[in-house]
Amino acid sequence: MHELSIALSMLEQIEEEAAKHGGTVRAVQVKIGVLSGVDCDALTFAWEIAREGTDVAGAQLEIERVPLLVRCPGCGSTHTPEIQAIYCPECITPEQDILSGRELELTSLEIDS
Amino acid sequence: MTTQPRLVEVRARILKENDVLARELRERFRQAGVSVISFVSSPGSGKTTFLEKLMARLGERHRIAALVGDLATDNDAARLGRACSRVRQITTGTICHLDAKMIAAALEGWKLEELDFLFIENVGNLVCPSSYDLGEEMRVVLLSATEGEDKPLKYPTIFNTSDVALITKMDLAGATEFDREAARRNIHMVRPGMRVLEVSAKSGAGMAEVEELFAGLRVAHPRI
Repeated sequence: MHELSIALSMLEQIEEEAAKHGGTVRAVQVKIGVLSGVDCDALTFAWEIAREGTDVAGAQLEIERVPLLVRCPGCGSTHTPEIQAIYCPECITPEQDILSGRELELTSLEIDS
Repeated sequence: MTTQPRLVEVRARILKENDVLARELRERFRQAGVSVISFVSSPGSGKTTFLEKLMARLGERHRIAALVGDLATDNDAARLGRACSRVRQITTGTICHLDAKMIAAALEGWKLEELDFLFIENVGNLVCPSSYDLGEEMRVVLLSATEGEDKPLKYPTIFNTSDVALITKMDLAGATEFDREAARRNIHMVRPGMRVLEVSAKSGAGMAEVEELFAGLRVAHPRI
């Protein structure tokens, strides 16, 4: 489980941002792609541990799960396949051009002034 | 009086620090003209044995080095040390993956321009290493004939983020009734078009093809 490492990286960035803007961080919004290698439940659990005793101890983690979006280089169509079957359902081209789904992004913070 | 909370947009990659460091490493490797290949797999899939044999072969004509990641012990480094004099163990303690910072620290004192190949053996784990770029040129995922053919479907991210799949322990495929076609099909479900090679480090079958693949990196990226 590397979600604790991920949560600690997040914490560092959040504390940096919070120091810049002042106020209390109420919520943290992140985007986690299905192909990022990060499990959302494990990340939520890890976040609760990581935030403890810090200035952002009250910050709720809000996760937006980003589905896989793939463009087929064969027929040009875009589709959202399961990560266990990444091929074009239209023409079965076994190639892929991943447009989204790998995100591991700290999107925004909600701060009380 | 209550105030509306402010929404502060950040839009930063969570592993920005690792990504930046990995990019710097990649540039350092490129300038030094060293081909860096990392290996990921579950524990016990034969990474170390494969590397031992590969390094003995490549070591005849190339200058090689290896970094080996494990939670504990330096047993693997000692094994690889028999095939090559430049081997360092990275002991991660409780951390289940290598990251770019560990690689940078482990390279301390090595003259990269004196190397042709640097092999990085990641911690045996099919989940966590997938999120961390190490600055490598090629990531190879290993799947052994003693594991289930459906491993790629269970761990799609690591297969999808790798460049080449290597099926190891093929000498045992008969005994385990390993279905090589099913394994290939599953690999291609999660990483269409991926190159798949089959090897037996024990018998040496398939090793020449792997050696050729890696030697091809030297042609593609000559020393500058």
